[in-house]
Amino acid sequence: MKYIDEYRDPQLARKLLAEIHRVTTRSWTIMEICGGQTHSIIRNGIDQLLPDAIELVHGPGCPVCVTPLESIERALEIAAQKEVIFTSFGDMLRVPGSSRDLFMVRSEGGDVRILFSPLDSLQIARDNPDKEVVFFAVGFETTAPANAMAVWQAVREGIQNFSILVSQVMVPPAMRAILSSPGNRVQGFLAAGHVCAVMGYEEYEPVAQEFHVPIVPTGFEPVDLLAGILETVEQLEEGRAELVNRYARVVSREGNRKAKEIIENVFEVTDRQWRGIGLIPGSGLGLREEFARFDAEKKFNVSHICASESPLCMSGQVLQGALKPDACPAFAKECTPEHPLGATMVSSEGACAAYYNYHRKFTP
Amino acid sequence: MCLAIPGKLLEISSENGLKMGTIDVNGARTRACLEYVPEIQVGNYTIVHAGFALKIIDEEEAAESLKLWAELVEKGAFDPFDELPSSGAV
Amino acid sequence: MTIEPVCPAPITQHESVQMAHGAGGRLSQVLMQRVFMPHLHNQFLDLLDDQAKLDLPTGRTAFTTDTYVVSPVFFPGGNIGELAVNGTVNDLAVGGAKPLYLSAGFVLEEGFPLADLETIVMSMAAAALKAGVMIVTGDTKVVGKGQCDKIFINTTGVGAIREGVDLSCRNLKPGDALILSGTVGDHGMAIMTSRQGLSFQSTIKSDCASLNHMIGAVLDAVPAVSAMRDPTRGGVAATLNELAAASSVGIEINETAIPVKPDVRGACELLGIDPLHVANEGKLVLAVATRDADKVLEVMRATEEGRDAVIIGSVVADHPGMVVMRTAFGSRRIVDLPLGEQLPRIC
Repeated sequence: MKYIDEYRDPQLARKLLAEIHRVTTRSWTIMEICGGQTHSIIRNGIDQLLPDAIELVHGPGCPVCVTPLESIERALEIAAQKEVIFTSFGDMLRVPGSSRDLFMVRSEGGDVRILFSPLDSLQIARDNPDKEVVFFAVGFETTAPANAMAVWQAVREGIQNFSILVSQVMVPPAMRAILSSPGNRVQGFLAAGHVCAVMGYEEYEPVAQEFHVPIVPTGFEPVDLLAGILETVEQLEEGRAELVNRYARVVSREGNRKAKEIIENVFEVTDRQWRGIGLIPGSGLGLREEFARFDAEKKFNVSHICASESPLCMSGQVLQGALKPDACPAFAKECTPEHPLGATMVSSEGACAAYYNYHRKFTP
Repeated sequence: MCLAIPGKLLEISSENGLKMGTIDVNGARTRACLEYVPEIQVGNYTIVHAGFALKIIDEEEAAESLKLWAELVEKGAFDPFDELPSSGAV
Repeated sequence: MTIEPVCPAPITQHESVQMAHGAGGRLSQVLMQRVFMPHLHNQFLDLLDDQAKLDLPTGRTAFTTDTYVVSPVFFPGGNIGELAVNGTVNDLAVGGAKPLYLSAGFVLEEGFPLADLETIVMSMAAAALKAGVMIVTGDTKVVGKGQCDKIFINTTGVGAIREGVDLSCRNLKPGDALILSGTVGDHGMAIMTSRQGLSFQSTIKSDCASLNHMIGAVLDAVPAVSAMRDPTRGGVAATLNELAAASSVGIEINETAIPVKPDVRGACELLGIDPLHVANEGKLVLAVATRDADKVLEVMRATEEGRDAVIIGSVVADHPGMVVMRTAFGSRRIVDLPLGEQLPRIC
């Protein structure tokens, strides 16, 4: 596979690993922001091959994991309604609310459908004019252009029976929140390559400077990840804190101008709750006032629904890199992928699920 | 977060006024919206996320980084993994 | 001009399944004679008795049942009918049995096109012929629109277990080699990419096939095979986990040895799905003492179903009950059971 196989070359990976071992002289803690990167690191066992002095901690970049419980509860409420066709990426179906998930709503007669693209949801709305079609618009900046385009297109075509339940979050405010927290251990970041593909990396430059941390936009394949780690370690060892792009085939400084424009036109910055972490000011996107009629929360009047987390779940600390998944007392006991207490155990890129699936009970 | 996979644009079409395309990923073919990569041409590689092409892959940048890494391999830096069993063995 | 009053005769030539087709009356007979019998008839079915009277060979008999529901009913590389025959044939064969007779029970949704039903029945006849089994008894029920998804098929099968063969998932021993008969994930990805709403142009074909001839050849050459399984739902990952758990042994596999077709791999990458978790309908996993592995491979590769057969790993005494994969990078990780249905993901 072009642009994948080159970056899974074991020989190249071993050379990069050798370089990382060579340049590492002290202990460093590096966070990969993105859950996709966590998944790739654990799946390929990259963490086992790094020097012991390098600790990778896993960041909050998993939209499934950070979508707040109340959004899940609102989704469940809407999906259960008779006139609704509720559409979602496959990721969200197993995310538990306080007592059920979307699969259970479906088993009770709700029309819940899995899609690959928000545009497919619009097509369902065109095909079912007598139904209300709702799309669960979760995601980070990478998914925002797709979700924004669905709304944009609904306006252009005058589609009335379509709305989105928005849970859009953004990386830079979360990074600032992690770096500002008193218990912060993170000394360098692998920035999420596909978020940067859309947004570019301009907005990370001041973060690198202000907090004196290296920030390295990084891809998802093993060689990409190792190149990102190597760059971060080199900077740390030399006392530098710069933004260096290690995913140049996909990430530019400016990002995707057209995508950023439509995001800007459709969404506005809002405060947002992150599941397990809490409120992060200015970290979310909500529909602008002129698109309020596409806001499922308003259309179905579910804004009043609130919910609180299981007190056993420590996913907030996991998502901030303060706690390793298997250090949580509930890990693999009260909390498993079959009976998740928190969303980090649900998504296959959630750090707890990745540990459960690939690390549990087995020490190489 | 965001699974985005590189594929090659095979053809360009239009659907409901949107620029769409067929993307080949190793022989599997998927449909993607091309509105965010207006300058894309058939034969270009792009990354696809949630049914949207988000960025045309910069072939020069890709070649450049691979070249740098190849030099690293050439340089023959010490390899602490020589003692690892080769990946061919179980 | 005279007008003779004519009592309108009920319609018997329908285009689609009617409730009356399952009511046991005249329309049920029409369905039998028009759709089923022309393709499936044999000395047992032709008697139209309520049961088939069979002479089974002496020795042990294998007996299995499975119910098939699949959406879409027609998928690239096959349909629910051949799936229903091959699946039950394979369940018998992996127990070391020569499959002999099958039953077929149909649940049909009112309104299902009879032409589609006939296509499915023809596929079943062809699959049975190829596998060398007979469908000797059957049943049809019709349910109202929306009460089932087009067509469900149950097949039950009996087969004669070969003498001197003892296949069981509890038989794995440290030192056994694990052999996989070919590429993984073809069936599941054929189904997933042909579903609506996932924006795919389907190019992937199901591997749906009967394995009894290949298995017969293997057992002719090496009767002492430890265990065989067809890795259907849950994929190779589920099968290996079941084998490891049942035999209380560890399993180690090699990532680079697992064969995956290019387009299957592409679709798995796009949807974020591990090919090891994806269903197969014409593949075999077997464990055999290492000294016999090459012989088994040679026999398998000489058959159509096994031409891509490879050794994917081995049975070990360490980490009993657990399947561990050595990655291309030399690291090791757990291969776990998939959790339920495989969902396409964006993150």
